[in-house]
Amino acid sequence: MNDTAALNVADDAAARDDSALDRPLPVGSAGKLSSGWFGLIALIVTEAALFGYLLFAYFYLYAQNRAAWPPDGLPDLRIPVINTALLLGSSVLAWLAERAVKGGRRTAALVWTGTAFIVGTLFALIQLGEWHKKTYDLTSHVYGSLYFTITGFHLAHVLVGLAILLLLMAWIAFGYIEQRRHAAFTIGVMYWHFVDAVWLAVFTSLYLTPYLFGGLS
Amino acid sequence: MPLALKIAASPPDAGDSAPFNYFLHSHGPASTPTLYLGWVLAAVCAAVCLLVAGLLAYAIWRRRAAAERDVIGDPRRSLRWVGIGTALSTVVLFGLAAYALVVLAEVGAPPRAAALTVAVTGYDWWWRIDYGDGAQRFSTANELHIPVGVPVRVRLDSADVIHAFWVPQLAGKTQMIPGVSNEQWLQADAPGLYRGECTQFCGAQHAHMSFDVIAQSPADFAAWRARQQQGAAPPPPAIAARPAPSGAAMSQPADAGAPRPVSIAGPALFMDRCAGCHTVRGSEARGEHGPDLTHLLDRRMLGAGLLTNTAAHRIDWVTRVQRYKPGARMPDIALSGAERADLGAYLDTLQ
Amino acid sequence: MKPPMPTSPSADRSAPALMRVPERGRADAALKRRLQAIWEAPPGWRGLLSTVDHKTIGLRYLVTAFVFLLLGGVEALLMRVQLAGPNGTLLTPEQYNQLFTMHGVTMIFLYSLPMLSGFSNYLWPLLIGSRDMAFPRLNALSYWIFLFAGLLLYASFSLGAGPDAGWFNYVPYSGREFSPGPNADVYAMGMLLLGVSTTVGSVNFIVTLFRMRAPGMSINRVPILVWGTLTASVANLLAIPAVSLAFLLLWMDRQVGTHFFDVAAGGKPLLWQHLFWIFGHPWVYAVVLPAMGIVSDGLPTFCRRPLVGYSAVALSTMATMLLGFEVWIHHMFATGLPNLALSFFGAASMVISIPSAVAVFAWIATIWLGKPVFKAPLLFFAGFVLLFVMGGVSGVMTAAVPLDWQLNETYFVVAHLHYVLLGINVFPVIGGIHYWFPKFSGRMMNERLGAWSFWVMFIGFNIGFFPMHISGLLGMPRRIYTYAADSGWSSANLVTTVGSFVFALGILMFIANVLWSWRRGAVAGDNPWQAPTLEWSIPSPPPAYNFAVIPSIESRYPLWEDMLDETPQRSQLEEGLLLTQGRETIGSTALDAIPDVILKMPGEAYSPFFLALFLTGALVGLLLHAWWLAAAMTLACAASLLCWMWPSATLLQRMPMVADTEAGGA
Repeated sequence: MNDTAALNVADDAAARDDSALDRPLPVGSAGKLSSGWFGLIALIVTEAALFGYLLFAYFYLYAQNRAAWPPDGLPDLRIPVINTALLLGSSVLAWLAERAVKGGRRTAALVWTGTAFIVGTLFALIQLGEWHKKTYDLTSHVYGSLYFTITGFHLAHVLVGLAILLLLMAWIAFGYIEQRRHAAFTIGVMYWHFVDAVWLAVFTSLYLTPYLFGGLS
Repeated sequence: MPLALKIAASPPDAGDSAPFNYFLHSHGPASTPTLYLGWVLAAVCAAVCLLVAGLLAYAIWRRRAAAERDVIGDPRRSLRWVGIGTALSTVVLFGLAAYALVVLAEVGAPPRAAALTVAVTGYDWWWRIDYGDGAQRFSTANELHIPVGVPVRVRLDSADVIHAFWVPQLAGKTQMIPGVSNEQWLQADAPGLYRGECTQFCGAQHAHMSFDVIAQSPADFAAWRARQQQGAAPPPPAIAARPAPSGAAMSQPADAGAPRPVSIAGPALFMDRCAGCHTVRGSEARGEHGPDLTHLLDRRMLGAGLLTNTAAHRIDWVTRVQRYKPGARMPDIALSGAERADLGAYLDTLQ
Repeated sequence: MKPPMPTSPSADRSAPALMRVPERGRADAALKRRLQAIWEAPPGWRGLLSTVDHKTIGLRYLVTAFVFLLLGGVEALLMRVQLAGPNGTLLTPEQYNQLFTMHGVTMIFLYSLPMLSGFSNYLWPLLIGSRDMAFPRLNALSYWIFLFAGLLLYASFSLGAGPDAGWFNYVPYSGREFSPGPNADVYAMGMLLLGVSTTVGSVNFIVTLFRMRAPGMSINRVPILVWGTLTASVANLLAIPAVSLAFLLLWMDRQVGTHFFDVAAGGKPLLWQHLFWIFGHPWVYAVVLPAMGIVSDGLPTFCRRPLVGYSAVALSTMATMLLGFEVWIHHMFATGLPNLALSFFGAASMVISIPSAVAVFAWIATIWLGKPVFKAPLLFFAGFVLLFVMGGVSGVMTAAVPLDWQLNETYFVVAHLHYVLLGINVFPVIGGIHYWFPKFSGRMMNERLGAWSFWVMFIGFNIGFFPMHISGLLGMPRRIYTYAADSGWSSANLVTTVGSFVFALGILMFIANVLWSWRRGAVAGDNPWQAPTLEWSIPSPPPAYNFAVIPSIESRYPLWEDMLDETPQRSQLEEGLLLTQGRETIGSTALDAIPDVILKMPGEAYSPFFLALFLTGALVGLLLHAWWLAAAMTLACAASLLCWMWPSATLLQRMPMVADTEAGGA
């Protein structure tokens, strides 16, 4: 292409859609435009698949086993329901924290994040208590293997989430997370929401479906 | 013993040079529809490959008018041929899929109730075969006898890892999965020998885990079954002198002339060294880890298709099994020359 | 017309702008020097361990994967010598079992996908007009983990502790009772590592595709290689967790005492097969779809015309992958599942060939309507089409359930899988290396040696693998270390062995060509093939920054626009976004590629290398039952991750503090 032609074409292009190229664009890690946000979505997809396969293994072995399921009878729902509420509550708290960050309210953000952390820790401790109460363990029978592996996978994700919440609090304190730039916070809180959503699936499968399938074993 | 030799001696089938050739040979309704399906599919696939090769060759080498600049064809016209090719392929594929489903219905279940049920259990690396139940029950190993012309149900279990049961010229294969009882059926329409093999990797000696299916006329099968149901005859009374030294004894063919004298040491030796794993009904040997040897001489092969069943091979197997089948669960049993003669003579009585 | 001054919401003028209008213009020599200084990795050991340059990482993948191909090939040749005649005595059963297992593991996990990752890593930013992948450090991580996983598997193999239960690794045989040695544990740990490597690689490809394309490169203008890798990456995100879980559960059964597969306690061996094949089947499409994309992008160059049916081929890529998730049961037809279920999966397995037929006819039409240029890449791409069809039709035969009851676990399947894997992966890969070698190295490969090596490979391959159909139809089972003389398989096996050595000779010729040409080949220039896509608009080899000017795109074949003259618009390659304030590239919307952010790209980092090392160390700790080592390594992983994730002012993940500006910017 000779130069004249190039310039003509460039002018046409400029007239056409380079309005897109002439307006100011955000620079760097800008919230949900950041690569990190998309990376987290992809990570959530693959982790969700992992839990999907865990639950597939659970239902497959459930369907193929003649023995009583669970072996110690239908699970007691009181504590697990409370624990589920706690975890969901911590998601709400995290959401409030994110709103505080976006509104530039540093102290409120710290408080909400800290409270979410405490409630999440409570969930983990109660879950450990549930583990302790069981009369069987990972190696007792196939149900035990499934129960502890599935809830264990989830608990590991909760622990990672708690570490993330702590980190986010530290970064708020350092001033790294504030109104203008807080992609890390958005991403971290989304991970926490994911962990909570997974718990709903785990809770339903392990605690509720035995009631649904009642006397089918 | 005579029966085993009879079968080994007579050419089992036209497919002798390739006894597992299921593509050209099928001898029963559980595999014949599949045989035809295989031919049709192979023909269609070969035709497709030749067609594509032709199209490709023509596309590459066809004469093109010289042009100064590249002439780009009308995109819609070229897409049309892609569409036509795909549409034709789709029609053919759907047709083949329908045909395959029809064949599946035909061979998936026997046309009428099975006349006989046999239980086959896969072991590392041999086949236990159980007939009947209750007092009529008997076990044999590595050789499955069936009557001709009737469907036979085979129940498949595994004692250890996943194996697969396959008699190519009679039926498709089915995995034998521990904890799961699978089933398949087969039917042989002509008497003869049909070879089978394990077709799921099961360890070191997966390569040496074959078996025989012997299809017999109903009368022959009934006779065979009656004989199997009896326990082993007690060995003839001991003769004073011990048999000849080892060399001579081993070189004697098992069926040549008079039965060898059996010293009293033979059965005792068997009880001592073999009964822990092997059963001989009619004696006190009740081992469950290895094949039932009650009618050992009735079988064509030893070691799940590894050696022909001769006297020499029997003792060779006992003393040097690891050489033939390294890793087999049976260890080499060290025997002195005299012990070999004694044991060999005893084994010769297990007819 | 000068662009307006960048605006900044901060009152502090020394703080970097959070918003600005991206600078546009032409690139002169001074600008290119500046970009080179910004993007170039440091030399020596520092650069080696810390580089995040996608081109370096891509080449590393290509070379490493090829080395594994050769190792897997040697394993195959040893087996072929053993099987050349009946009652072979070269190998003991245990040796043979390790060899066939390692051959499968190597080819399927250490060669086939990493090789394609190498192409995609190197080429994607060049194809889409970007300066880097979305996650440069993650890119480095996926390579290091892959390397360490391969080293772990081969170190164990050299000690006789490599995987030996088949690459399927079925339970109960691979359980503790029947495989008491460490072999299956080594396999499990290797697979967990490879799962992480492939997953993070897939994340990188997906986000790169949706976020980093040059302005105007709408989704229907990206090369088919990009479609292929994108589809494979999405599939991997969904499929890999199945196999990672399967191996983790197996390891737990073996070492912790759980009962997932333990028959006596209610576990089910079939659960393994389901999890394995739910992963395994999509995986085989993941290792061929990008290679099909290589052909879809390479054929147009050597046929001097655009691909026929671009949209159809792109859609067929996605359709194949989608259907690939619905057919896993066809690996389990003989397991005793109900015939009704088998019917469904059998029909689906036949129907999945239909999208492939679309692609085959599109390629043939492209050649037919084009003017073939008889260079080595064309030979490989054309040969691929035939081998694809041959492998595909033998797959149709195995999709027919009752026929599969005969064909399954015989050498017929071995023939099928080699036709599809070598035909659809290796041949396009070798053709792709011939095609892009000039871009990687700046030199041409030797054309005559290339043609010769193609014919030796093609003929050797068919002599080697076609007879496997025969031995399979004659009833030869898979995975047997020897066979009897009266089985009827001797002739076919002998021919196969001869063919395999001929094929190996072809590979050697190809290697010789690569090694010689890297230093001594004719100088290539930017676009020796007069090819149409973006990577050919920059120098060979490309500078560290790829594009001095981020182009704006108006069509699928930017360099052919004058020739095709389909519309009056032209892509603008000489003038465009400059983005020189550090390592920067443009981020754009997912479908239409309208710019929406200026992305700051991370520079060199050691954390990927160390994270990979510590992760491997943690799993080695589990292998050795050294729990303290595993725990310490896990903590070290956490520390590496912390370093990695710490918000950076340079990347504008946080606002810079006073300390940052005093230190001259973090």
